[in-house]
Amino acid sequence: MQEPITSLRAGTSAQVIALLGPGSSFQRKLRTMGIREGVRLKVVAVHPFAGPLVVEISGRQITLGRGIARKIMVRVED
Amino acid sequence: MKRIVLMGNPNIGKSVVFSRLTGAEVITSNYPGTTVDFTRGRARLQGEQVEIIDAPGTYSLQPTNRAEEVALEVLGWGELVINVVDATNLERNLFLTMELLEKKKPLIMVLNMWDEADRSGIAIDVKRLEEHLRVPVVATVALTGEGIAELVSRLGEAQPLLERETLSEEKKWVEIGRITRDVQKVTHKHPTLWSSLSEATIKPFTGTPIALMVIFATFWTVRLIGEGLIAYLFEPLFELYRPLAMKISAELGPGMLHDLLIGRIIDGNIDYVQSMGLLTTGIYVPLGMVLPYIVGFYLALALLEDSGYLPRLATLSDNLFHRLGMHGHAIVPLFLGLGCNVPGALSTRNLETRKQRFIAATLLGLAVPCTAKSAMIFGVLGSYGQGYVFLVFAALAMVYVAAGLVLNKAVRGESPEIFLEIPPYRRPGVMVILKKTWMRVRWFLAEAIPFLFLGVLLVNVLYTVGFMEWIARIFSPFMEWWLAIPGEAVVALLVGFFRKDLAVGMLLPLGLEAGQMVVATTVLSLYFPCVATFAVMVKELGVMDTLRSAAVMAMTALMVGGAMRWALIR
Repeated sequence: MQEPITSLRAGTSAQVIALLGPGSSFQRKLRTMGIREGVRLKVVAVHPFAGPLVVEISGRQITLGRGIARKIMVRVED
Repeated sequence: MKRIVLMGNPNIGKSVVFSRLTGAEVITSNYPGTTVDFTRGRARLQGEQVEIIDAPGTYSLQPTNRAEEVALEVLGWGELVINVVDATNLERNLFLTMELLEKKKPLIMVLNMWDEADRSGIAIDVKRLEEHLRVPVVATVALTGEGIAELVSRLGEAQPLLERETLSEEKKWVEIGRITRDVQKVTHKHPTLWSSLSEATIKPFTGTPIALMVIFATFWTVRLIGEGLIAYLFEPLFELYRPLAMKISAELGPGMLHDLLIGRIIDGNIDYVQSMGLLTTGIYVPLGMVLPYIVGFYLALALLEDSGYLPRLATLSDNLFHRLGMHGHAIVPLFLGLGCNVPGALSTRNLETRKQRFIAATLLGLAVPCTAKSAMIFGVLGSYGQGYVFLVFAALAMVYVAAGLVLNKAVRGESPEIFLEIPPYRRPGVMVILKKTWMRVRWFLAEAIPFLFLGVLLVNVLYTVGFMEWIARIFSPFMEWWLAIPGEAVVALLVGFFRKDLAVGMLLPLGLEAGQMVVATTVLSLYFPCVATFAVMVKELGVMDTLRSAAVMAMTALMVGGAMRWALIR
C-alpha cells in the first residue's frame, strides 16, 4: 500500500514509491538530496504539532518540512 | 592565467580543499547555505600561477536558488574543474559529477572525507571509479591535508573527453546506481557513540532538553568570554587611551565641538559610559562593551556549526519558527542578535525569501535585546528587584512570538519549509574555528563600524541642535496620556529614540514607581534598534521595507506599552 511518509511513525522503514508535487525542479531537489524512487529510508523522528520529519537514507539524516514530506509516497517494509 | 573551479555539493569540505590549495583565509562551514558568495584565491601549482575559484555548493547544474545560479555562472569561467565529492555519500554526489562531465571540460575528482568513509565502513575502489568515469580520482582528507599533494601533481592528467554522451536525468540515476554498486563496498558497522548521540539530539523528546542545555551552556560561555575580554583586554586598552582623550578635551576647550567629540566631563574626568562624546562613549560602547560579546557569539556560532549541532538545533526549533513565517535557520539571526543586532541583521541574508528576511529583521529590531539593551534593562530596573527585570524580558519574548504570528499572516510572499541535510557530528578543528571567528569579527568591524560612527555622529548632531527635544515636545502630551507616565519620563522615552543609553540617564533620577519604570523600559526596548542596525536593514531589505518594518516596531511598542500600562499602573 502506498502512503505519504507523513503517516509513518518514528522508527518505521519504508521504500520510496513516487514523488508527487509541482515541477521537475522540486523533484530533482529531492532526488539530489538522496530521496529517489526505489530508495529505502527510515523515519528517525516526527516532530509534534506538524513540525518537520527527520529521515535517514544510507546513514545520512535529512530534515524535511511537513509539506515537503507529504509529497513523498512510500510503501512500508516489515 | 589558468582558472580552476571547485565544484561540489554543499557541506562536504570543499572550502577546506580550497584553503589547502591556496593557503588563503576562507570560511569553512558545516551548515548548509552559509556561503552564498564565492571565494577566489591564487596559488602556484607545479610552477604555474593559477586562479582558484570556490563555487557555492550545489546539488545539480539546474539551479533552484541564488547560490546554485552563482555556482553555474562560476563554472563557466573555469578551464579546469575540480569536482569535490563526499566519499561517505558517493551515490548522491555522483549526480553533479555526471552533469559536470557533460560540460566537456577537463575534470579531476576529489574523494574527500576519506577517513570518515573508512570509519563508517565504506570502501571505494578508486581505480575502478577512474575507469568508469574516465577522469583522474584522488582520495583526500582535506582537514589534515592528506592527498592534496597527489591532487596537485595529477592536475595535468585531467583531459577533456569529447566523445561523451548526454544522458537523461533518469538514465543518469540508473548509471550512477550501476557505478556505485560496482565500486563501493559497505560493511555494516555497529552504531557508534556519535550516531546514537545524533539520534538522541534530533528526536523531539530527548533533543529538546539537550537543546535547552546546549543553549544555556552556550550563553554561559559567551558571557564568560565577553567578560574575560572586557576585564583583561578592552578595559586596560581604554585606560591606556584615557590620557590621550583627556588631552584632546583640554585642547578643544568648552564649546560645541567639545560636546560633540568628548561630551560631558564628569567629576573632572571622562566617563566612558556617560560622557556621550563621539571619541569617548562613541567608541567605548561598540568596542569596549559590545565587541567582546560579539567575539564570544561568533566563536560559539562557529563551534555550533563545525560540530554539526546547528542543523539539529534548526530542526528542533523549526516548529516555532515555521509558525512565525520563517524556518529553523532563523535561529541564527536571533542568536547573534542577542549579542548585537547588527550581525543579527546581517545574517538574515541567509534566509531564502523576502518575507522571511523581513520578518526576521523586524522581530530582531523589535524584541531581541542586544547586549547594550539588556544592560540598560538591568541597569534601570535592577534596583527595583529582579522580578521586574524578568517581567520586561518575558514581555519581549511574548512580543517576539505574537508579532511573528501576526506578520506571518500579514506579510505577503512565500516562506519555504525547512529542507536540510544533517551532517554527522565532527570534532571541530581549533585553528579552523579561530580563523573563522577572526574572519567574521573582521568582517563585522568592516561592515558595521563605519555605520556605527556615522550613526553616532548624526544622532549627536540631532541632539546638539535640539531636534530630538523638539520632537519630544510635540508627541509628549499623547504619550503622557497613553502610557500614564510623567512628562519628563515621556521626554526621556522620545529622546531615547536612537539613544537608549541617554534615556536611561534621564529616567533614573525621576524616581518613578516600579510599574511606570517597567512600562517605560519595555517601550524603550521595543521601539527601534540602534542606528547601525537600521543602516544594515536598509542594506539588506531596501528603504521601503525598512520603513515598513520601522512602522511595525513603533506601532507594536505603543500597543504593548498601552496594554502594560493598564496591567501595571493604577
